[in-house]
Amino acid sequence: MPRFHVGQRVRIAARTPPVHHRVPAYAKGRLGVIERICGRHGQPERFIRGDGRPPTRLYRVRLALAELWPGYRGQAADKLELEVFEHWLEQA
Amino acid sequence: MSDHHDHDHDRTFQPDHPEPTSAAARVGLALRELLLEAGFYTAEEERAMIAKMQGAGPENGAHLAARAWTEEDFKTRLLEDGTETIRELGFELAPTEFTVLENTDRVHNVIVCTLCSCYPRALLGMSPAWYKSRAYRSRVVREPRSVLAEFGVRLDETVEVRVHDSTAELRYMVLPQRPRGTEGWSESALAAIVTRDSLIGTQRQLKV
Repeated sequence: MPRFHVGQRVRIAARTPPVHHRVPAYAKGRLGVIERICGRHGQPERFIRGDGRPPTRLYRVRLALAELWPGYRGQAADKLELEVFEHWLEQA
Repeated sequence: MSDHHDHDHDRTFQPDHPEPTSAAARVGLALRELLLEAGFYTAEEERAMIAKMQGAGPENGAHLAARAWTEEDFKTRLLEDGTETIRELGFELAPTEFTVLENTDRVHNVIVCTLCSCYPRALLGMSPAWYKSRAYRSRVVREPRSVLAEFGVRLDETVEVRVHDSTAELRYMVLPQRPRGTEGWSESALAAIVTRDSLIGTQRQLKV
C-alpha cells in the first residue's frame, strides 16, 4: 500500500547521501503535495551495490514555484512537478 | 563583379571534434573495443543502431497527439495510463512510465530533466542539443516564463505554467492544443503539423 495519498502535504527529505540519488538539490527540504501515485521502481542509491531492491513506491510531487524560488517572477499558480521515491518523503 | 568569398572564415570556424581525455571516456572506448572483440555485437550492428537512433524524429509522438485529438476515448486512456496505451501500439519504454500532459487554455506544460537528459526517445527521437544544455536545464525550473518567451511562447497571467522535471522513472510528452481551423482533418494531416518542440512544451501554438 502506498504510504501517501493524492493531495497529501509532504516534505522532501533534506539529505545528501554520498551516492547517486535522483533528488535535485533545489527540492530538498521543500514542502509539496502528492500529485499522483506512480509505480514501484528500484532505488537509485542501491543500484551501485546491487539491483536497486527493494522496489520502492514513486510519487509525483507538486511544488509552488513562488515558494520554491524567492522573488519568483511569474504567477502564483505556476507549479513545478517532479518524481520522488517514498523513502525521501515525510509527512508534513 | 567582385570575386570575394561568399562566407566569412572568422564566422564559420569549426572547432575540432574533441579527443576523449577523461578517464571515464577512455574506459568507455576500451569497453566498446572489448565488447566488439568478444563478439557481443559487431561494428556494423553498432553503426546501424546509431543510424537508427539518429534518424528517429518526433513522428511517433506526433501521431499519438493527432490520434488523441481525433479520438476522445484514446485521449482519456493516454492521459490516464500512457505506458499501457502506447504498449498496445507496440511502444515499450519499460522500466520507465510514459506520462502525457495536456495543454489547455489555462495550463501550459513544459518538460525538462535537470539531473541529466531523460527524454522519451522511442516517441520523440533524439533530443535537441539545447534540451541537454546546462542553461535550459537550470533556467526552465527557475524562470520558466522567461525561457518560454525566448522560444517565442508568451503566456499571459491567466495561463498556469507547469514545469515537469523528469527526476526518476517517468518520461513525459506534452499534448499540445489542437489548432483552430483543423476541423475534419485526417489523423495523418494533423500529425504533420505537430512539431518536436510542441511535444516538449517550448512551442504552444501550432501552425496550420
